[in-house]
Amino acid sequence: MSGALGGQIRRELLLLARSRTDVLNPLVFLFLTVLLFALALDGRPENLRAHAAGVLWALVLLTNMLALDGMFRRDYDDGSLEQMFLITQSPVAPVLGKLLVQWLATGALITLCSPLLGLALNLPAKVLPMLFLAFLAGSPAVSFIGAIGASVTVGIRRSGAILGLLVLPMLIPVLIFGVSVVNRALDGDPPGPAIYWLAALSVASIMAAPFAVSAGLKVSLEQ
Amino acid sequence: MPPSPLLQIARFACLRDRRLLFDPLELCVQAGECVELRGPNGVGKTTLLRALAGLFPAEGVILSRAPFAYIGHANGNAGALTAEENLRWYLTLMERPATDASLREALERVGLGAVAPRPCSRLSAGQQRRVALARLLLSAADLWLLDEPYTALDVGGVVLLDGLLREHCARGGAALVVSHNPVQPASRALDLHPAPLMRRRA
Amino acid sequence: MGWITTTWHRLGSPRWFYGMMAPWQTGFGIAALVLLAVGSVWGLVWAPADYQQGDSFRIIYIHVPTVIVAQSAYMTLGAAGLVLLVWRMKMADVAMVAIVPFGMAMTALGLFTGAVWGRPTWGTWWEWTDARLVSTLILLFLYFGLHALRQAIPAAESAARACAVLAIAGLVNIPIIKYSVEWWTTLHQGSTFSMRRINMPAVMYLPLLVNVIGMYCLFGYVMIARMRTEILRRERDTSWVVELVRRPDVR
Repeated sequence: MSGALGGQIRRELLLLARSRTDVLNPLVFLFLTVLLFALALDGRPENLRAHAAGVLWALVLLTNMLALDGMFRRDYDDGSLEQMFLITQSPVAPVLGKLLVQWLATGALITLCSPLLGLALNLPAKVLPMLFLAFLAGSPAVSFIGAIGASVTVGIRRSGAILGLLVLPMLIPVLIFGVSVVNRALDGDPPGPAIYWLAALSVASIMAAPFAVSAGLKVSLEQ
Repeated sequence: MPPSPLLQIARFACLRDRRLLFDPLELCVQAGECVELRGPNGVGKTTLLRALAGLFPAEGVILSRAPFAYIGHANGNAGALTAEENLRWYLTLMERPATDASLREALERVGLGAVAPRPCSRLSAGQQRRVALARLLLSAADLWLLDEPYTALDVGGVVLLDGLLREHCARGGAALVVSHNPVQPASRALDLHPAPLMRRRA
Repeated sequence: MGWITTTWHRLGSPRWFYGMMAPWQTGFGIAALVLLAVGSVWGLVWAPADYQQGDSFRIIYIHVPTVIVAQSAYMTLGAAGLVLLVWRMKMADVAMVAIVPFGMAMTALGLFTGAVWGRPTWGTWWEWTDARLVSTLILLFLYFGLHALRQAIPAAESAARACAVLAIAGLVNIPIIKYSVEWWTTLHQGSTFSMRRINMPAVMYLPLLVNVIGMYCLFGYVMIARMRTEILRRERDTSWVVELVRRPDVR
């Protein structure tokens, strides 16, 4: 178990290190879309501040869709995925490894950058820790639930729009709770139950998604 | 007591778009056998091999199946990783030990000793296929399921693969090989026949 | 307990299902027709008007049943998906194919009637702070996703099982989505009137109950009818279907 999981994580980290632009491009895209919103909302600080939480969470979800779309594609095309599903024991452990590294390359990185993104949208400094915490608690759910959609669409050539259609409705709770945490911090209130909900969604999806993703990938391989 | 077969299937059939591909199959592969799988295009040779490898749902039963290794149309190597890194990942998946010496030996054996540090995407198609052959050697599997393994191999590569197959079968392994060209080491051939269009699963 | 397993195995047989379900289809069809006619006339004509909303509240006799059945249809989809993945029963896929368009239509009808109700009640066609309208809209997108996925995968068997995975994921998510949307709407005090908090006397809710049951019968009728059609389509080159088409009077 730990052997396959560790080996998969080592492989995915190596692949990340060899294709850094694949990691950076979605992040740059996120910053660019924040710039678009800042311009579209007149750039007035109070205007930006009022909309910052919603804009950020929505853009983060969309950025994740871009990153998720390709997450299994290369392994699917070069046959590595087949080899993963040949092994006699279940493929859940290597799949979990893949998902963890996928989160590291998107969710964790976005979480690290979130204070900067908050500043760009004129959020006051006192809100930034809570913004960071909200992304830390919520972003695993985005990656893990999103991967379920990616697993059933990996065999489809132009799957970009379809992935969003499948996954975004299921990510609405993350959006609602995430925005609430940030907005409450903006009003000076404690985060309330929403932050626990984010964490609970993430924990539940980390536990359940590897199984769903394995089933989805198996279906995609069996075409 | 006769030794148990490395692969035995009964009433084995594959459906695609709710149509039977080939006539239901009985097959028993004993240790030491190299079986060449023949049939016209579209009869389902690749599908059969994928079904045997667990990559396609099939009707019928697999009575026995030894630990196996599989090479499909794609080689199963990540382009950004070197041959050695790919093989090491494969061995951790199989929960088998991966020592530098054994990896180097396998790569030497398939004639890739000199190119080891390059990422697979920089290798030629034939060299990438040889990486897949090295995976066969390292897998220590008794049963090899090979789909068009000769594709992209040069003359030397064909001789190499023939040698590997003979050696494997002589050691008590078995192989099922799909190929358009005659497989020299094959001990027998199995022909797949397309199922009549109107016949359906009962 | 033997009959349960026997029935279960028979359910997997398209031919058995096709013949067995014919009277059920007729039964559900007649029941739906009668119940929906009674409930609608009762609700739209005889039931007393609401003291606050007057006659405009009467659309609940259509709106509420459609939304309830739309949600139940998705639950059924998830259950069928589970049966398909666990037992590999192909009839479960036939059921999924049959349900999706019906569920989509019911959801769309629920949204439309909700908007029609919203106009006189709130003065707008659409109110984001009403939890039921928003979660029904999300449900519509879940249906769209299933439909799009099936269209996108050319191999029928793979499409079926991919949809099953997605339907199960959706089934698990729906309660969470509903809860989060309801929680979200309680943050907004904007909506002064909630559709869900009407105290109804029996004369008002009995016709509603009749229509809900009628709508479920319609669901049963459409599902069985579409399943039987799908069976004929899939089994079109088997001898029993060929025989059936040649001599429709003898089954």
